[in-house]
Amino acid sequence: MTGTTLYDKIWDAHLVDADSDGNSLLYIDRHLVHEVTSPQAFEGLRMAGRTPRAPHKTLAVADHNIPTTNRAGGLDAIDDPESRLQIETLEKNCAEFGIDYLPMDDIRQGIVHVAGPEQGFTLPGLTIVCGDSHTSTHGAFGALAHGIGTSEVEHVLATQTLIQGKAKNFRINVVGEAPDYITAKDIALAIVGEIGTAGGTGYVLEYAGPAIEALSIEGRMTLCNMSIEAGARAGLVAPDEKTYAFLEGRAKAPQGADWDKAVACWRTLASDADAVFDKEITMDASDLPPLVTWGTSPQDVISIDGAVPNPAEIKDEARRKSTERALDYMGLTAGTPMQEVAIDRVFIGSCTNSRIEDLRAAAAIAKGKTVVDSVSAMVVPGSGLIKLQAEEEGLDKIFIEAGFEWREPGCSMCLAMNADKLQPGERCASTSNRNFEGRQGRGGRTHLVSPEMAAAAAVTGHFTDIRNLKAEG
Amino acid sequence: MQKFNQLTGIAAPLDILNVDTDMIIPKQFLKTIQRSGLGKNLFDEMRYTPDGQEVADFVLNQAAYREAEVLVAGDNFGCGSSREHAPWALLDFGIRCVISTSFADIFYNNCFKNGILPIVLPQADVDKLMEDAKRGANATVTIDLESQTIQGPDGGTIAFEVDAFRKKCLLEGLDDIGLTLQKGDAIDAYETDLAEQPWR
Repeated sequence: MTGTTLYDKIWDAHLVDADSDGNSLLYIDRHLVHEVTSPQAFEGLRMAGRTPRAPHKTLAVADHNIPTTNRAGGLDAIDDPESRLQIETLEKNCAEFGIDYLPMDDIRQGIVHVAGPEQGFTLPGLTIVCGDSHTSTHGAFGALAHGIGTSEVEHVLATQTLIQGKAKNFRINVVGEAPDYITAKDIALAIVGEIGTAGGTGYVLEYAGPAIEALSIEGRMTLCNMSIEAGARAGLVAPDEKTYAFLEGRAKAPQGADWDKAVACWRTLASDADAVFDKEITMDASDLPPLVTWGTSPQDVISIDGAVPNPAEIKDEARRKSTERALDYMGLTAGTPMQEVAIDRVFIGSCTNSRIEDLRAAAAIAKGKTVVDSVSAMVVPGSGLIKLQAEEEGLDKIFIEAGFEWREPGCSMCLAMNADKLQPGERCASTSNRNFEGRQGRGGRTHLVSPEMAAAAAVTGHFTDIRNLKAEG
Repeated sequence: MQKFNQLTGIAAPLDILNVDTDMIIPKQFLKTIQRSGLGKNLFDEMRYTPDGQEVADFVLNQAAYREAEVLVAGDNFGCGSSREHAPWALLDFGIRCVISTSFADIFYNNCFKNGILPIVLPQADVDKLMEDAKRGANATVTIDLESQTIQGPDGGTIAFEVDAFRKKCLLEGLDDIGLTLQKGDAIDAYETDLAEQPWR
């Protein structure tokens, strides 16, 4: 008998029922809920006279709409009545159905994919869902985690299960040692660039190899976060000692004898040596350059020392038209070196890159430098706890002295549902995950980069190769 | 959920690759706490100018396609955000079927929960239907879920695949939750075994 993969093991351990036609009922261990994709699900429960099956397996937090300034005023201080209503609705629904909720003024509040792991709500070997595509983030712990729609949110609330077909296994081996200027974000962008935005469709990705093992847990979250940008159902990294060290002692993690028992179980999760993957590729991290996107899809990736691609060189008509459309939207001319592209805004934040390590890395670049006059830059920590830690480390002072705005935690300008958004035509170096048309504000132009690259762009006014910036000291 | 049996309607061509759910329904419309009413904002930023005027050459603004019920689109339709507001907006506009070479996973799932049939076809078939759709209002297609066929405007028939369970749910308008609750005993048994793993 051949071995099984990490995904196979989690899948098998969560099967409640399997139909002959390939649809299975999968048990869901953890459900994260936020204000945007849940109101209709709770309303559906109410209409049908149903109640949540296991409310204690659900954790809710408002993040998408939440303002990143003037939070002391609480809910009443939210200017946008629709945003306020959505957050109020979440609070009411959680109270009515007995769901654990991290309130706006709680230090633990933050982006759902940052706050969950921080609380130890995310654990290896679990199934975790959320009405948010970036739920893939939690795969960093070796949990099978993916986004679901609102109908499925209702289904999970009512039944603690999900109807699923099994995906295929796709292993991405990242070998070599990443140079110090290469971050998890660059590896993630390189993978999406390599396999394409639909390259992972129908698969669960497992990231493996020395360059993945070398990543911190924060870095693995950044990497797994962007699995959805490659179209994958989920991304996984096998749990290891770093995973256990990160989780031990966290509020919702098991304690004492239960902890030991859990770790013993988690040690059996890794893919077997003879496991067979439906697809497998290998990449080398040692020769990666810092990356930046030029277009309106996360697969539109190019080296920082590269130039805007020329659609005329693309033979396939659909792809050529798509590239022309992207360049037109982005206001870019073929052949322009990326380092000559000037920016207006910088956003450091989002469930991709708002953790303490990201803030430290950006601060290291910003320290002693100044955001250029023509650029407006903001840093939005992923949670209240990260904000506090950053302040204890003095990172806030570094950012503020350099001219960055230091904000309250939330999704913010990753998707611009709150007041933080780009104006038409504004160009942004962003540490978020999507450069879609209009994503950060109608007509806004998003370039995805690492926190270091975003900070470098802020202090130079254009995309800048951090290898040179670092060399200058 | 609305049943889906047979549909004869106008097919609108949306010849763009990687149409993401931010395009289908931009974030400013996600602040609703209801499912209905999103049709007027379907493809909002492509369909209207910033001051709210219709963009004349956007497909759904053209006279021939204002009543479209089928969308023929480029590869990887529905990628990005998990927002179910995307199928809600399509449905509210009147689109009951989307045809492409490929769909993003979450969007594909979400369609079935809302009585929308997403059909995956080989490139050549999508190309043919795209060309047919570009002919305008005379280019109606008939989609028959029971027989899993699409009949084009010139009578040609294209067969498509669909998962048997999802097909049954669409044909009968079944509620997933109701179906799963019938398996309550299996869920109970599973949860009993969970005592072995108290951290779960």
